[in-house]
Amino acid sequence: MMISCKEATRLVSQGLDRKLGPWNWLRLRLHLGICDACAAFTRQMKFLRRAIQRLP
Amino acid sequence: MKSFAARVEEERPYLVRYASLQLRDSHAAEDAVQETLVAALAGAASFEGRANLRTWLTGILKHKIVDAIRRSSRESTRTADIADEASEFDALFDSTGHWVEAPADWPENSLEQKQFFIALEDCLSRLPAKTARAFMMREHMGFDTDEICKELAVTPTHCWVLLHRARMALRACLETSWFTK
Repeated sequence: MMISCKEATRLVSQGLDRKLGPWNWLRLRLHLGICDACAAFTRQMKFLRRAIQRLP
Repeated sequence: MKSFAARVEEERPYLVRYASLQLRDSHAAEDAVQETLVAALAGAASFEGRANLRTWLTGILKHKIVDAIRRSSRESTRTADIADEASEFDALFDSTGHWVEAPADWPENSLEQKQFFIALEDCLSRLPAKTARAFMMREHMGFDTDEICKELAVTPTHCWVLLHRARMALRACLETSWFTK
């Protein structure tokens, strides 16, 4: 059930491109709930998306 | 008052920069812009009454960029293989798969700074061409992954690897060139 940060980053990225399946979605939620580093990584990825959309 | 042709021509440098960022090939970018300007002059009537010339031209250019990507992925055989994804980001994680250095919170006000976007463009320009194309099609032009796979002639798995790789590389580049300054 527990995934590593490395696996979590992969799922965060994939979640930006498609809807995750329920199993992966749950595993990622659980991980992000307890892992500040990956939660910060997720915010960085969303920041990056906003930045690219605003690229002049 | 300036002629329509002169106003269109003034936008050329901006359009070349825009196309280069996505195509990563200066000849292909110049060609796409040239096609755009020719189409714009031929279709000047359809611009009448629209507010922004640059926005209108960029809209035409996007189609030309997609055409160029289509042409080049038809021509290139599939040389870009997926590197062993499992080992690719090894330096970032320890043997148990935890971060060696935890990601920091990036200050939101960077998005208000012109210099930040220069740093971002610089980081984009360091990505391998195909990785950059996939990423810009996804994040800047808003394609979904199915369309990107099709245009770049890659499998869905390869497509996700390219996008993930782009994000990881950009994050690392911005950390070094911007956020730790």
